[in-house]
Amino acid sequence: MLLIYCPYCEIERAETEFHCGGEAHIARPSDPEKATDDDWVEFLYMRSNTKGIAAERWRHIHGCGRFFNAVRDTVSDKFLTFYKAGDPRPDLEALAREAGK
Amino acid sequence: MSQPFRTEKGGRIDRTAELTFTFDGEEMHGYAGDTLASALLANGVHLVGRSFKYHRPRGILTAGSEEPNALVGVYRNGDQTPNIRATQVELYQGLQVISQNRFPSLGFDIGAVNDLLSPLFPAGFYYKTFMWPKAFWDRVYEPIIRSAAGLGKPPKNPDHDTYGNLYAHCDVLIAGSGPSGLAAALAAAETGASVILCDEQAEFGGSLLSENSATIDGKDPAVWVSETVARLEAMDNVTLLRRTTAFGYFAYNFVALAERVTEHLPDPDPRLPRERLWQVRAKEVVIAAGAIERPMVFPENDRPGILLADAGRTYLNRYGVKVGHRVLVATACDTAWQAAFDLADHGVDVVAIADLRESPPESLVAIAAARGIRVETGCVVTGTLGRNRIRAALLGRLMTSGKVASGGQVDCDALLMSGGWTPTVSLFSQSRGKVVWDSEAGAFVPGTSVQKERSTGAANGLYGLQATLADGYAAGEGAARAATGKSATISHSRATGGEAGNGGILGALPHDRNAARVKAFVDFQNDVTAKDVKLAVREGMQSIEHIKRYTTTGMATDQGRLSNMNALQIASGALEKPLTDVGLTTFRQPFTPTTFGLFAGVSRGDFFDPVRKTPSHDWVVDHGGLFEDVGQWKRAWYFPKDGEDMHAAVERECRIVRKSVGLFDASTLGKIEVVGPDAAEFLERMYTNPWKKLAPGRCRYGLLLNDAGYITDDGVIGRLADDRFHVTTTTGGAPSVFATMEDYLQTEWPDLDVWITSTTDQYAVAAIQGPKAREVIAPFIEGIDLSAEALPHMSVREATFCGIPCRLFRISFTGELGFEINVPRRHGKMMWDTLAGEIEKHDGTAYGTEAMHVLRAEKGYIIVGQDTDGTVTPQDAGMSWAIGKKKFDFVGKRGLERPDLKAENRKQLVGLLTRDPKVKLEEGAQVTRLEQPPIGTPAEGHVTSSYFSPALERTIALAVVKNGHALVGQTLYVPMPEGSIPVEVTGTVFYDKEGARLNV
Ligand SMILES: [Zn+2]
Repeated sequence: MLLIYCPYCEIERAETEFHCGGEAHIARPSDPEKATDDDWVEFLYMRSNTKGIAAERWRHIHGCGRFFNAVRDTVSDKFLTFYKAGDPRPDLEALAREAGK
Repeated sequence: MSQPFRTEKGGRIDRTAELTFTFDGEEMHGYAGDTLASALLANGVHLVGRSFKYHRPRGILTAGSEEPNALVGVYRNGDQTPNIRATQVELYQGLQVISQNRFPSLGFDIGAVNDLLSPLFPAGFYYKTFMWPKAFWDRVYEPIIRSAAGLGKPPKNPDHDTYGNLYAHCDVLIAGSGPSGLAAALAAAETGASVILCDEQAEFGGSLLSENSATIDGKDPAVWVSETVARLEAMDNVTLLRRTTAFGYFAYNFVALAERVTEHLPDPDPRLPRERLWQVRAKEVVIAAGAIERPMVFPENDRPGILLADAGRTYLNRYGVKVGHRVLVATACDTAWQAAFDLADHGVDVVAIADLRESPPESLVAIAAARGIRVETGCVVTGTLGRNRIRAALLGRLMTSGKVASGGQVDCDALLMSGGWTPTVSLFSQSRGKVVWDSEAGAFVPGTSVQKERSTGAANGLYGLQATLADGYAAGEGAARAATGKSATISHSRATGGEAGNGGILGALPHDRNAARVKAFVDFQNDVTAKDVKLAVREGMQSIEHIKRYTTTGMATDQGRLSNMNALQIASGALEKPLTDVGLTTFRQPFTPTTFGLFAGVSRGDFFDPVRKTPSHDWVVDHGGLFEDVGQWKRAWYFPKDGEDMHAAVERECRIVRKSVGLFDASTLGKIEVVGPDAAEFLERMYTNPWKKLAPGRCRYGLLLNDAGYITDDGVIGRLADDRFHVTTTTGGAPSVFATMEDYLQTEWPDLDVWITSTTDQYAVAAIQGPKAREVIAPFIEGIDLSAEALPHMSVREATFCGIPCRLFRISFTGELGFEINVPRRHGKMMWDTLAGEIEKHDGTAYGTEAMHVLRAEKGYIIVGQDTDGTVTPQDAGMSWAIGKKKFDFVGKRGLERPDLKAENRKQLVGLLTRDPKVKLEEGAQVTRLEQPPIGTPAEGHVTSSYFSPALERTIALAVVKNGHALVGQTLYVPMPEGSIPVEVTGTVFYDKEGARLNV
């Protein structure tokens, strides 16, 4: 069972308190009318499904209820960092190098 | 009290405490401290079961949890638990055990004919034999496989035991309590670190409990064990768990332990659980799982009476049991020689030591000579004789040519074998570490740690008592330092004797027999032979993972702990690839078979899933109502009176609602309070409808889509104030709607100043529907004018019900005049009982979900999830009116513009009326254009709802049909086995199309 750090509660808790919300940093186009059909399909359905270092959304659903983001190695299941929703995406390659990947 | 194979003295059994037990009904005796296996052996019983595929007689092979053969059924509390390893059953007074997989008896088994028919059961026989013809599956193959599959019989009754669960945290978890595990525990505990030490056996000590040719600090190893355990027991920071298997190593040092609490007790305290699941999060883990001995792969190596050499030594030294009176020892390594010496010292006739090696160590040969034991070198066993027990073995002499010459026959009643040692890397492998080949140890050993763990001692490929002790201390110190940063200086005990041996062999041994006719077993439990592995390679299996699945080698309950290395070597030879290139299969959780009860814990029966009850629950029970499960909710379904069936009860309820009044418990509907300056803007973006201009005190039906444009939920939303909305959702959709709202609010529109709160459980809701609804509620409502002018359809007010503050909605899901009263949950029963009494004065009735479904269908109100399936748009459902055309954006708006969602041929919601008004369609039935469509014709759609409508005195149905809106008035067909049913396509509103009954 994973251990997950909530950047709002500032505490590490077991996976059972959290809910994974899929790939992070997929922004809903702010003016949907201007989005092309391809843009919209990309937003709705296309996911990178990374084998390796990936940023994903988590929600502390049985805690503070907040959404936040985490960088996880999908091969080893190890988290590399956690950050609040709205914070910029970290440099995944640098994180991977730090983790020795 | 004859135990003919018991030693005169020695062992850790209590000879003053004799116990009686039965095996297949026969009464036998043993001592406290015995396992079932040691007690059976003391009674001279080797034959304990029949093998899986060939029904060959099988005996006890090991003394540990890796036992593949001695699986028995144990009776407790009038029921039988199958497949328990006799090596792990502790003897108690009155223990009742049966053997398995035999008919009619263990000694004479009809299934053994499979052994003679074995050409029919080659590797991959599941894939070959049962392929054809297809019609044989139901009648022939499946019954055969079902009766032959598995060992033992399942228990007849529900599990009568209970199971416990607890979570634990510690600095250092140590799995295994042999020399390295105990040393690690001491070293870690002395630093002050919190330590959990677990071992699958009843006693701590592991191999030390059967080691009598070495000393630790000058003491007998068993004495050192008890002193060490006493020391650990006295420390507050140490938790000692006996009979506890670390069976699963998961992510982030989460290790699952199974503690067997009562199974060894004849009469346990009924309050205690049978087993307890420990979910341990350890900062550091020390794997001290030891090593197990490998069988030798020679023809007929599975005959009862053949054991692993170290098991023979354990039975002798720990349990005071001789595995035979005339014992042959066959080995490829040094350690088995000690077993021969120990047996000889107890007066057992060791008929020979047959060592495969040309020149075993001089020192061992000299000790054997001193005891007068015949030694054969360069010698292999090429076969065994005997029916249900070995009576002789054939020896073969290895020639320089690689061939084998006959070496004669030796009589024996037991054979101890050793192919060398295999480190137990299961937990390490589960922790996702990759094993590496250690050519010196001749074994796969743990490679780089992936998690915070370290393997120590024999589990790490390290042998010899002093070396494993020293390694254990280092592992314990290292783990404690890593976990807590602390260290301590403690004196290390020193061992003398118990040196590491050399030697070992992998794979099938050469012999001079007819290869086509003999079986040399690799995996005993799954009956896989050396031939099977070679055949798998010949038939094209290249990867060890494929060979494993094709032959089932390594797929038994020991997960190949006994068989993997031999299978790998045989595959390597057949593939003509080095062993290290063939690769080892991955060990998975659980380490040993684990009961379902342990995983289920208390989550069974009433505790399997929480039950949510509404305020009317007791009233419904008292009034003979039946319940329907809706998710976790129990909802009143219908209320049969005077022997009515469901149809009659529902029809009566519907008629009364339309004629006078009905009372319905709507408390299960999801409720969400949306509050804040931007509340209207937020709902404007979430729902298809416009909200900004909705006046406080008014309600509107809201339709929720996902961003793909499909309907996901609906409900009435009331505006209580400029900045406050009361949102309702479907019963099943409440959690997901709330989560979706939070998601958009937090991550897409964090700028909006809105708070949302789930209030589903805060309100009890009573729906009063029917022409007399106003009269029913009027006596209890204060503070507002209930007249049609002051409170029109789709209004909401705050008022009081019997003095209790309430939210009163004038809304309808039946098409009649209707009110829904929300009171705080604790007043729900009072409200229900009050209204239930009142409706009787108006010839009203309580009604359930079934009548509710009929009434709403008569009005064409959809149920999301029944009339929609996640691919239905508002246009498809005929609900374009719910879309705010002028809105800049809402969830799903852009999705609806996608070409596919505007294309022709979409399935659209319509009504269907059968030509014969008495015929009711099946929900889910297909709809076609042709009366007799040719086979393969795709359906035009399907029926989503179908009822008998009391108001129309006929059946009605809703369906989704391609281009359905354009087909109104046309005839389609619903083909059924009894014949095609003609139906007319209609609109979806069947009753009171103008809505006159709503506005009264
Ligand atoms: Zn939190």
